[in-house]
Amino acid sequence: MRLQDPQNTVSFTFDGQRYRGVPGEPVAAALLAAGVRLVARSFKYHRPRGIMSAGSEEQNALVTVGRGPQADPNVRATVLEVSEGLEVFSQNAWPSLKHDAMAVNDLMSPFLGAGFYYKTFMWPKPFWEKLYEPVIRRAAGLGGLSGKANEDRYEKAFAFCDVLIIGAGPAGLMAALTAGRAGADVILADEDTAMGGRLLREVEDVDGQPGPDWAAETIAALSAMDNVRLMTRTTVTGAHDQGTYGALERIAGPRRAGKPLECFWRIVAKRSILCAGALERPIAFPNNDRPGIMMASAVRSYVNRWNVAPGKAMTIFGNNDDAHRTARDLVAAGVKVAALIDCRDDVQVDGDFPVYTGAQVVATKGRHALERITISHAGGTRDIRTDCLAMSGGWNPTVHLTCHMNGRPIWQADIASFVPTPGNVPGMVTAGACNGAFSTAACLKEGAEVAAEVATGLGLKPKVTVPAADDSAYRISPLWAVPGQGRKWIDFQNDVHVKDIKLAAQENFRSVEHMKRYTTQGMAPDQGKSSNVVALAVLADATGRGIPETGTTTFRPPFVPVAIAAMGAGSQGKGFAPERLTTSHRASVARGAPMIEAGLWYRPSYFPQQGETHWRQSCDREVRYVRNAVGVCDVSTLGKIDIQGPGAAALLDFVYTNTFSTLKVGRTRYGLMLREDGHVMDDGTTARLGEQHYVMTTTTAAAGQVMRHLEFTLQVLRPDLNARIMSVTEQWAQFAVAGPRSRDLLNSVLDDQIVDADWPFMACGAVDVAGVQGRLFRISFSGEHAYELAVPARYGDSLFRLLTAQAESYGGGAYGMEALNVLRIEKGFITHAEIHGRTTAFDIGMDRMISRKKDCIGQTAAARPGLIDDDREQLVGLKAVGAVKQLTAGAHLFAQDAAPERVNGQGYTTSVAYSPTLQTGLALGFLKRGSARHGEVVRMVDHLRQIEAMVEVCDPVFFDPEGGRARG
Amino acid sequence: MVKLLPRSPCTDLLPRTVGTITMSEVLLDRVMSVAPFAGQAKPTSAALKDQIGLGLSAPGRAVSNRRARVIWAGQRMWLVAADVSLDGLAAVTDQSDAWAILRIEGAGVEDVLARLVPIDLRASTFKGGHTARTMLGHMSVGITRVGAQAFEVMAMRSMAATLVHDLQVAAENVAAR
Amino acid sequence: MRITCPNCGERDRREFYYQGDALALTRPAPDAGPHAWDDYLHNRDNPAGDTRDLWFHEAGCGAWIVVSRNTVTHAIDDTHLAATVKR
Repeated sequence: MRLQDPQNTVSFTFDGQRYRGVPGEPVAAALLAAGVRLVARSFKYHRPRGIMSAGSEEQNALVTVGRGPQADPNVRATVLEVSEGLEVFSQNAWPSLKHDAMAVNDLMSPFLGAGFYYKTFMWPKPFWEKLYEPVIRRAAGLGGLSGKANEDRYEKAFAFCDVLIIGAGPAGLMAALTAGRAGADVILADEDTAMGGRLLREVEDVDGQPGPDWAAETIAALSAMDNVRLMTRTTVTGAHDQGTYGALERIAGPRRAGKPLECFWRIVAKRSILCAGALERPIAFPNNDRPGIMMASAVRSYVNRWNVAPGKAMTIFGNNDDAHRTARDLVAAGVKVAALIDCRDDVQVDGDFPVYTGAQVVATKGRHALERITISHAGGTRDIRTDCLAMSGGWNPTVHLTCHMNGRPIWQADIASFVPTPGNVPGMVTAGACNGAFSTAACLKEGAEVAAEVATGLGLKPKVTVPAADDSAYRISPLWAVPGQGRKWIDFQNDVHVKDIKLAAQENFRSVEHMKRYTTQGMAPDQGKSSNVVALAVLADATGRGIPETGTTTFRPPFVPVAIAAMGAGSQGKGFAPERLTTSHRASVARGAPMIEAGLWYRPSYFPQQGETHWRQSCDREVRYVRNAVGVCDVSTLGKIDIQGPGAAALLDFVYTNTFSTLKVGRTRYGLMLREDGHVMDDGTTARLGEQHYVMTTTTAAAGQVMRHLEFTLQVLRPDLNARIMSVTEQWAQFAVAGPRSRDLLNSVLDDQIVDADWPFMACGAVDVAGVQGRLFRISFSGEHAYELAVPARYGDSLFRLLTAQAESYGGGAYGMEALNVLRIEKGFITHAEIHGRTTAFDIGMDRMISRKKDCIGQTAAARPGLIDDDREQLVGLKAVGAVKQLTAGAHLFAQDAAPERVNGQGYTTSVAYSPTLQTGLALGFLKRGSARHGEVVRMVDHLRQIEAMVEVCDPVFFDPEGGRARG
Repeated sequence: MVKLLPRSPCTDLLPRTVGTITMSEVLLDRVMSVAPFAGQAKPTSAALKDQIGLGLSAPGRAVSNRRARVIWAGQRMWLVAADVSLDGLAAVTDQSDAWAILRIEGAGVEDVLARLVPIDLRASTFKGGHTARTMLGHMSVGITRVGAQAFEVMAMRSMAATLVHDLQVAAENVAAR
Repeated sequence: MRITCPNCGERDRREFYYQGDALALTRPAPDAGPHAWDDYLHNRDNPAGDTRDLWFHEAGCGAWIVVSRNTVTHAIDDTHLAATVKR
């Protein structure tokens, strides 16, 4: 029921039914205004539940927003803002909220208590996987995902400040005002749609004016400061190392295509002030979960802030003076108060309503919503008709963030709750209700004083002025659970009641952490925000310990649920990883080449031609280009590292197994690089361009790793070496020109003709390409007479088009990764398929490349007996010799007559290809004592693809073993 | 006689405008990396001063004059936008084609970059002439403030499309608020 | 987590690559013997408390950094450039 007629309203739906609401108010308020009380079904027993709170701690009123791929489950109706056309659905009920079939669970509840699943679904064992688990999984969970990709946008952002103030109630506002006026760079974050905290809820004066007015004035003053940023709808979700805080912002305004829904902030603050306030806790009395039973402070929020009365005949049940103001506010708002029930005897309450002291609520009635309660007091029991019961078991300071770095809170007996331990989070201090200071006056004072200390610590000169406000004392006498028949709910979200916790204790799950896991109390999105202290008190009672000795469970981030979509915002689709495109990318795509990923790079797989229906046809043709004419391939993705300085040669001698100080200027050499543990890291060619100037080539896959390794060598291992390195990978577009006609092709594009005498195998030097200065290397990864030609990247696109056009005129053309792979396998050249991190120089037959005349990284470890054992698996070539010609990579090798089982494994294949040159299937692989077994026939078994073939072991160099073609 | 045609990293990608934000490509004809050899930082700086009127900048700083720019680019590393000759003093490599350089400017440019860059780029801490090696999304970049509401972002040439894509999305998100 | 790079100032952990124990700074001589090499390559303390390790400011200035930190409190005590740190 609305207490005032609202000015403008919009329409939204709940379970298809149309309602009116005020834009910006919580859906919970609009539903209460419309008299909707049954809003959800509980998690385990499908109990009817209503709205319990007015904030992010809501345990019951979880709803789904939107439909289809955009459906967002488990949104709390208490923080969801009403907007035109909003579609809201209840959860966990079928066929309808009112008639929920699974409510049968509630009738079975005597059998479904804590530990039920652990005890029940034990036998027979095979039933678990086939029957129990699928059935339980189907019944479990709250809300559901559509399984479709959600197109909604989310975003991430970074923010920095001197002081992060978490919570904008009276303490937070005063802290921001004090720190802001002192000149600190402040972020004030609050999860509500408006700042003010309790001032928006309570009828209190601050500085002689109504609380909301004072808050509005203060916010206006803060907005006027350039050094203060106000972030509403922003929940600080976690406190992390070195002053980093996570925060989730619900972006203001209605949903709109292209507009992000939420932003996940990483806020870095030199200092932070936690002013997170306190959460009211429920009282465990029988059937305290009916729709219509809510927190007293929530009732005040709906009445005072949203002008909505959640009931027509209100009752209040509490154990502290704070509950009394609920009755006063209701009366002032013209709402009938049927009874105020205080469990304490010695309290004086003035008001025009029935008051029962020394009384407790012992029963409630009403199937889908509260209808009546039964109280017991000195004069016996009494039934009272009521449709809304406001309960208050006292307040729990919101200490969660102070515990995120492993700290524990401490028990404070006079408020019967936990307060933060100072210094738990470096740089964080606490003020106000989260610190156990519950009056508005105390909050204002602490906020100002703590902020002044923080500002002083930052070298500023703050002034402290504190406005006058309500300073009434908070008197409480603990009341956790009321005796009596019926289930007394503690954790409403997980359907845990007093008996469950007692059962846990009885079955010796006495540690609070064990109790939590046994009962599920404090799990799920709520994380025990409201229920934690009550549960601890019940456990303490059941185990005969005090609450401080019982302790708390660990509060972990995030404080409120954070959608994965927000944490990973921007990382879907094109945002997942950077795409590195070569200068020939456009031309390759234009030729219809399928692009494949190589690390972050995209490279052409092959270049299909008209009439080709299978990639193998294209690949075979491209291989023949290189073997018979000339092929062109973009090799710019290989890492290129420029190395200069007096120590350049010594650096290369130290990182490569072989020697580069002896390499002549104008020549290139193949080099092998080891990790310090003796395994192969990478290989490639390095060219000497000048006396103190080299260019190293790395594999595409290891370019980043090698750069890091070289910096490590220069900065950590050998700072004595006076050399400097710089990546020039991006500077040069480099193309392999390979095949018998490669020289002819080059001479058609170079300004000066080259001849073999000047450009022998492994030569390198500067050339001019159509007027552009380039670099030429006579190196070969195909085994053919070949070159790599590099030009500054701006000319890459143009040069690739020129080279491929020329190649076509010589009967060749462009070739892609498939052909490149076939060509190198035919020659037994290795890639990271072979040097996969577990192979040594010995394994690949290159142990003689480890020079003994100098120290190098990996040299000592490579000589360990285990790494040069003849029994190791060594690189071999494999040729199909049986009926099955298909070879696969990753298959295992066995002796011909051995069973293909793990214990008989003798090796595996790493790379396979069909060789159009040799017209047979080829493989490279590793085989025990392989280099001594050439000629032997072994069995290849691919257990996954179920392929088996007989293969002949041979030298890994299948084609032109003398190397005459490359040198000639 | 054939001729090779140059193509800049952001051809077809820039310029573009999203809300108040404009992005355009910066073309520097010559960019050299300069890494002074051990003990040669001062002589290198002096030689640069002679040749282009600018010495090596401090870490995190970029300096410029009408002829040239010097941008600190990392540990013992600077990028110099000019032709320089530093034989024996420093390792010099040609980087003229290695970088996609994007200028992003307009009201709210800091908000756009705050979506992608994990450092504080606000004018109070990151002032004119400040430069940083950091990340933009998943990319390693250099960022220099070149105006009250303008920055230059240098990323690997091969990542130009991703650079523009990521900034486009961030700018759209900011504009949608 | 934030690490202070001696060149760049305090930066988010995402800019750094973690290597491991700073004992990498003291590489044994080739003939130091199998025990010295075993310790260098494989054997690591796992302290609950102070530790010293190497990080690479890979997405930043490219400096290798010696970081002294505490594995219990997560505090970072100091950071130095590996190239100039005392060995």
